[in-house]
Amino acid sequence: MPKLPLLPARTRPARPGEGSGALDPIEAATEAGLTVVDWLDERTALSPGIRWLLFRKVPRGINWAYTLGSATLFAFLSQAVTGVFLAMYYRPSINSAYESIRNINDNVFLGQFVHGMHKWGASVMIALIFLHMARVFFFGAYKYPRELTWVIGVVLLILTLAMGFTGYLLPFDQRSYWATIVGVNINGTGPFIGPYLSDFLRGGPDWGATTLSRFYSIHMLLIPGLMAALIGFHLYLVTKLGISAAPWLNATEPEEVVEVVEV
Amino acid sequence: MNQAQKEEYLREYSILKNQGKPFFPYAVAKDSIMAAIVLLVIMLLSLEFGAELGPKVNPTTTTYVPRPDWYFFFLFEILRVMRNVPKFTDMATIGVPTLCMIMLFLLPFYDRSPERLITRRPVALASGLATIVVIAFLTYSGANTGSPNEVDLSPPSGLTAAQVQVFRAGELVVGESGCGACHEIGDNGNNGPGPPLTHIGSKRLPGAIAATLRNPTAPMPSFANLAHQSPTKFRDLVEFLSMLQ
Ligand code: HEC
Ligand code: HEM
Repeated sequence: MPKLPLLPARTRPARPGEGSGALDPIEAATEAGLTVVDWLDERTALSPGIRWLLFRKVPRGINWAYTLGSATLFAFLSQAVTGVFLAMYYRPSINSAYESIRNINDNVFLGQFVHGMHKWGASVMIALIFLHMARVFFFGAYKYPRELTWVIGVVLLILTLAMGFTGYLLPFDQRSYWATIVGVNINGTGPFIGPYLSDFLRGGPDWGATTLSRFYSIHMLLIPGLMAALIGFHLYLVTKLGISAAPWLNATEPEEVVEVVEV
Repeated sequence: MNQAQKEEYLREYSILKNQGKPFFPYAVAKDSIMAAIVLLVIMLLSLEFGAELGPKVNPTTTTYVPRPDWYFFFLFEILRVMRNVPKFTDMATIGVPTLCMIMLFLLPFYDRSPERLITRRPVALASGLATIVVIAFLTYSGANTGSPNEVDLSPPSGLTAAQVQVFRAGELVVGESGCGACHEIGDNGNNGPGPPLTHIGSKRLPGAIAATLRNPTAPMPSFANLAHQSPTKFRDLVEFLSMLQ
């Protein structure tokens, strides 16, 4: 039996970095950015995700009303940043809360400005979230397949209002104190969980020393954490399902797909 | 939507999406411009209005207005309006808002028509606009309720000079304590969420009034602290209310 013909031995091309294939320093320097990105991507494999997020298409006819969601997100981020700076000076105790806010307003560099941004940012965020919701409602964007996006959105709306409510007490002036007492009392009349909710907020059946620190921790840890997670999920759904098209547009088959048959 | 309508929607959507532009940089550019506007507005508001502090907390009263931030005005107004329908008060305080929330949650599950264009969804258009008008109206009237801190009554005739003095002192405490935020007293204060106090003295004995103040039904705040820390003020308050025949 004749032997099978052997393929001629091939010479293997040099592997990158082998032999004289090394980049000269100038070339290496110009490629530095790519090298870093490659290094990161080799370990994290993030680039497909980023491509998925950034280079997806948005339907034609997207207008300014579609920016309201990201504007809400931006207001949330602004609240987070200004909140961090306020937390550096704020002391959540009955005896020093008021004075610590006074100190922020009167002595801290740009204190009143940052405090004001946080205070007015809350109003702006509430206005934006309602506008965003109105956009979604009037564009019918909550319908199939975006029902879950809507439900998460309503949870975000409630949490945003809860932020406003818990934050209102923190300056601990007359207005905020009494408004919060009334608010907690109203909560207490709620069905089923009402009384438990107001006990949870007060830290017991009565207003006590821990009430203020409870509000503080709910306001700056619990709710923002929940919100960040839910916003992440909200945005994942928006990206996964695609942003809804403007409802007044009709889809027409692109020319090249339509086959005109002469008879 | 039935299965055929769902598939129809997805097909049309994929065509429109394919005719669109990439998110980056087109949508990102618009979003960034909007973000810059938002930041600018927040900074201007802060520069213009600052962040004033009111007087420090004092649980034993002085002037206060149990007033929430503007975005809760409509809730407070619902309270006020609904108390004129006493049968529903309990339900109204938190029942109505809870019901609205549940309706909002379930919207995609009871509005299942495939139509998305608002001009062809008359029910959605009407209820959406109605909601906006109602909330705007409640917020507006909540913002314009009179200051609850001014109470000015003429003492009933036939009081001794000492009694008139107590009357005036109690009137002051009522004004300072913001009872008028929830109660109507003569021509002062708001009609609701609490009952009018104009003739409270003929309805309740002083002991009952004092008991209510110490241990009220929600949403009225408790004034036990006042009784504890300034008994004279508290006594003036109770006597004043008892004189309102
Ligand atoms: C946040 C709103 C609110 C404030 C502020 C408030 N109340 Fe009330 N008050 C109510 C409500 C609501 C009721 C009815 C409770 C009920 O249904 O039992 C009530 C009930 C009462 C009653 C009992 C009425 C009756 O017919 O038995 C008296 C008396 C009273 N309030 C006096 C006062 C006084 C005095 C002040 C100020 C020091 C005050 N309230 C502040 C909401 C308020
Ligand atoms: C913290 C609050 C919120 C943030 C940060 C947020 C963010 C976003 C963003 C960035 C989008 C992309 C499209 C757009 O901007 O319009 C979006 C879409 C959407 N949002 Fe929100 N949102 C919030 C609250 C809400 C609320 C309160 C609702 C409704 C109850 C809601 C329902 C939806 C729905 C249904 C979509 C899909 C719309 C579409 O595909 O056209 N969101 N959201």
